[in-house]
Amino acid sequence: MGPREVERSAMTQTTPEAPARRQRAQVKVRTLRTDRWWLVPLVTFLGLSSFLVYGVWAIIDTSNFVEPYIAPFAAPCLTTQEVCEGARLFGWAPVGDWYALPPGLLILGLPGGFRLTCYYYRKSYYRSFWLSPAACAVQEPHGKYTGETRFPLIIQNIHRYFFYFAVVIGAILTYDAVLAVVHKPLGLGSWILVLNAVLILGYTFGCHSCRHITAGRLNHFSRHPLRYRAWTFVSKLNAKHQPLAWASMFSVMGADLYVRLVAKGIIAFPYA
Amino acid sequence: MENSLNTERHEYDVVVIGAGGAGLRAAIEARQQGKRTAIVCKSLFGKAHTVMAEGGAAAAMGNVNPDDNWMVHFRDTMRGGKFLNNWRMAELHAKEAPDRVWELEAWGALFDRTKDGKISQRNFGGHEYPRLAHVGDRTGLEMIRTLQQRVVALQQEDYETHGDHEAYIKVFAECTVTRLLKDGDAISGAFGYWRETGNFIIFDAPAVVLATGGIGKSYVVTSNSWEYTGDGHALALLAGANLINMEFIQFHPTGMVWPPSVRGILVTESVRGDGGVLRNSEGKRFMFDYVPDVFKDKYATSEEEGDRWYTDQANNRRPPELLPRDEVARAINAEVKAGRGSPQGGVFLDVSTRLPAEEIKKRLPSMYHQFKELADVDITAEPMQVGPTCHYIMGGVEVEADTGAAAVPGLFAAGEVSGGMHGSNRLGGNSLSDLLVFGRRAGAGAAAYVDGLAGRPKVADDAVEAAREEALAPLGRSGENPYEVHHELQRTMNDLVGIIRKPGEIAEALQVVEKLKERVALVGAAGSRVYNPGWHLAIDLRNMVLVSECVARAALLREESRGGHTRDDFPGMNPEWRRKLLVCSTEGGSVSVEEKVQPRMRDELIGLFERDELSKYLTDEEMTEFDGIAKS
Amino acid sequence: MSYKAKFKVWRGEGGEGRLEDFTVEVNEGEVVLDIIHRLQATQAPDLAVRWNCKAGKCGSCSMEINGKPRLGCMTRMSTFSEDETITVTPMRTFPVIKDLVNDVSYNYQKAREVPSFTPPADVRPGEFRMKQVDVERSQEFRKCIECFMCNNICHVIRDHEENKPNFSGPRFLMRIAELDMHPYDVADRQETAQEEHGLGYCNITKCCTEVCPEHIKITDNALIPMKERVVDRKYDPLVWLGNKIFKRSS
Repeated sequence: MGPREVERSAMTQTTPEAPARRQRAQVKVRTLRTDRWWLVPLVTFLGLSSFLVYGVWAIIDTSNFVEPYIAPFAAPCLTTQEVCEGARLFGWAPVGDWYALPPGLLILGLPGGFRLTCYYYRKSYYRSFWLSPAACAVQEPHGKYTGETRFPLIIQNIHRYFFYFAVVIGAILTYDAVLAVVHKPLGLGSWILVLNAVLILGYTFGCHSCRHITAGRLNHFSRHPLRYRAWTFVSKLNAKHQPLAWASMFSVMGADLYVRLVAKGIIAFPYA
Repeated sequence: MENSLNTERHEYDVVVIGAGGAGLRAAIEARQQGKRTAIVCKSLFGKAHTVMAEGGAAAAMGNVNPDDNWMVHFRDTMRGGKFLNNWRMAELHAKEAPDRVWELEAWGALFDRTKDGKISQRNFGGHEYPRLAHVGDRTGLEMIRTLQQRVVALQQEDYETHGDHEAYIKVFAECTVTRLLKDGDAISGAFGYWRETGNFIIFDAPAVVLATGGIGKSYVVTSNSWEYTGDGHALALLAGANLINMEFIQFHPTGMVWPPSVRGILVTESVRGDGGVLRNSEGKRFMFDYVPDVFKDKYATSEEEGDRWYTDQANNRRPPELLPRDEVARAINAEVKAGRGSPQGGVFLDVSTRLPAEEIKKRLPSMYHQFKELADVDITAEPMQVGPTCHYIMGGVEVEADTGAAAVPGLFAAGEVSGGMHGSNRLGGNSLSDLLVFGRRAGAGAAAYVDGLAGRPKVADDAVEAAREEALAPLGRSGENPYEVHHELQRTMNDLVGIIRKPGEIAEALQVVEKLKERVALVGAAGSRVYNPGWHLAIDLRNMVLVSECVARAALLREESRGGHTRDDFPGMNPEWRRKLLVCSTEGGSVSVEEKVQPRMRDELIGLFERDELSKYLTDEEMTEFDGIAKS
Repeated sequence: MSYKAKFKVWRGEGGEGRLEDFTVEVNEGEVVLDIIHRLQATQAPDLAVRWNCKAGKCGSCSMEINGKPRLGCMTRMSTFSEDETITVTPMRTFPVIKDLVNDVSYNYQKAREVPSFTPPADVRPGEFRMKQVDVERSQEFRKCIECFMCNNICHVIRDHEENKPNFSGPRFLMRIAELDMHPYDVADRQETAQEEHGLGYCNITKCCTEVCPEHIKITDNALIPMKERVVDRKYDPLVWLGNKIFKRSS
């Protein structure tokens, strides 16, 4: 092949051989989409914001227990503070009197971190809060983008640790739901807590990290039939990760609010 | 407007024209033999028509049925081609196909698997055993991607050793060759243009491998893409090579018939291989009425037996929906003509009542999507409507079986553009394996030819100048719109030289083609040379008209019906015609067709067949000879 | 059945260009590519468009229709209302050659940077034994028809030209995942996925999955599993410790 050959280099936008025509098509608008692309990020923004606002309130609010219900946001209580006495796991309080902040702060970081680093939530808040991008084929407003290659977003990679903790939290919420169900007489709240526990577990075990740990990291499913079966199950949950994320978010908020309203006496019908 | 700056010139050992399965396999072989190789293709790299192949690659690996071997495959191929095949090609093909498929696997192809982890094989029309290595219904895509990635792997190797990815193999994508260049009798290079810029490009190369595919764009209803304009056929003719078997065109029985804009797009034979059945408007499985005598004892005579075959192939005969393609296409044609067609002019192909919906989606995913998205038909719930579509040309460049060499020294051909391998009708699945087997052989043949040369042939300047003028001509004219000429050619071929042919109509077609030749010489293309599709079509028209003339002339001469050639006035096969090949050549713009005697099959190969079967195809004289062989 | 539709088609060479208005006939069952072809045959013979199979199998006719990347041959006209103006432009992320035809060489360059399938040296052709369950994940990714719409829509390079040298795009990150999950591939691909091909740039906003005409779950099945594999290698001290202690190899 001779030196006469004209090199048709690939990233030719700036190479001297490339004539001026190696440019993108000049389309001066941010997007040519004609549908209501802004609707989903807007709804997502409102949904996630409401969760944040509620979460802050729930940390401060102290009516978190009414026999036999424990508000999910308060479980388990790790301090000796009286406000969360009923939410203690087996009466256990590893954090002593010195701790004066709202007790919810001690544990909410774990499920919060799980959701914050969750692959689905990342998508939803990158889109709706950071507009990166707000919707597909809609230009983002930022001049520079490095994604999750560097601090702080590189920390997203610790998602699987939050998953381990989330399994523990899921177990506690399940335990709390069982406590509520075995209690006689059975009230509406028991079923709310059960539903919540189911959705939380569905969300937790459908996690992408869980899928990876189960068997996703293997290259030979056929040599690990049990793990493969587990992976198949997790994959089915994983395909519903987005709906489960929303459903469990609203169920945990709803269940928490319900318990607090019962505790406050605002909800007071029989078998509440 | 023209200067040497925007004409590139490249020197290669082997130039491969076409980047489908055959072209890529040829290029890989040439490069592996140490030759500097160029791949020139009209589309982007990896978009060639091979991606459309759905069913699989036939190779007698015996993974599903251990009774399968090359001899059974050879017999099936000869039977399918009605014994007109070049027997040596059919033999090489049957013997080498398994190695070629296994090789793909070593290059990264992921075929569907059997339970014991081997390559799974599926049933297909005309194949006695499950034989098609496949990946769902996207085998062609898998093959083209694997070969593409193999080319990239070789480029990465070259980068390691020479510091240049393209030191030994380079792809010239979106580049069309318009003329082969010669030094005396022998090939010396090729002339073409970049589609993107309209700039010209000259290859100095002693060997050219044609792998340009077929001619389907001469027909209106076709499963072929725009690239299938018979470029290789025409280039070979114009360079002095011969074409054989041009009258044999395969109309695939099942193309989509609606919506109009996708009419002709293929519905894979796997639909029938996996249980789909053909019904007419009366709900009758009409194929049972169309089993020809030569196949009577090989196909089921009742629906019950046909249905049992899907689960127990040892004790039942296959359903007639799986007859060779020419038989099924004619049957559908006859049903529609008799007024028993579907509302949109086809017949019903139903898999929805035969398999559970989930199974259909798993086995035929791209068919499911194709119908869902293009026709709004859910094939898991309702039948498809299908009809014949121009699919494949059995004819092509006459080549030497072992090397793919054409009559012109330095010219090679492989794949659909070559002729002989499939006789008068190609079996489904034999095309992908054909590409691999003969692509490799043509690449090796070209490499050996280059090794044997004493000196490099030269490109003549006047030939380049003539080619340049020819290519530029449409731009300078303010003539007729090339799209209109193209459309008239397509209508003519479709209506007059289609599935069922009448001598009067073929003669009429030849008259039209003669007139179209004059119009092609006058078409004009508006606009610049930069990516100008009107100009590209104007150039391609020369090839389509030339090749169409070959098809029509050969079709007029062959007075019998065999495989992909059905004459209304000669409905049966004639053993005398089996011994004759029709050879097209061109001189000074006119096409001539001559008869040539079909070479005799080697003794041990003919010995693979039963006497009864042979007697249906061979002349009495040949049978006497056969009896002599059988005795000794 | 047929009606006149209003089209705006981007026309121009090398970046310079504008949206041109056309009024064109549309018949039942047609797709956008048919309409482009009708424009070619009747109004604008030199209108450039890349196409090939017309059945959604070759991935040539990628374009942006009303701002969304689509295959022209798979976008039915019946998805639009008759009075709607349909805007057709070339892909935004890649340079334009002419009209609707892009220079997609970025993709071929990136393809070349991914080391090829590397089987163990001692396995001969014909000796490969793989179970169906072990090849299914990679098979899904091999459905890719290389329309490059995922790379086109990915904001990492769509909105940030400067990221092109460091980011291979969903198509080729998926190719890496395909090879990494191949039962016979022995090359180490996890480090390079992160370091050389820019897996970390992906913020899993899933536009690649949304546009994929083959409905490949690029994000869930290729990119995220690949990110998790990278975590195994680079960001998970427990796995690191476990590997040290038990000398496991993955």
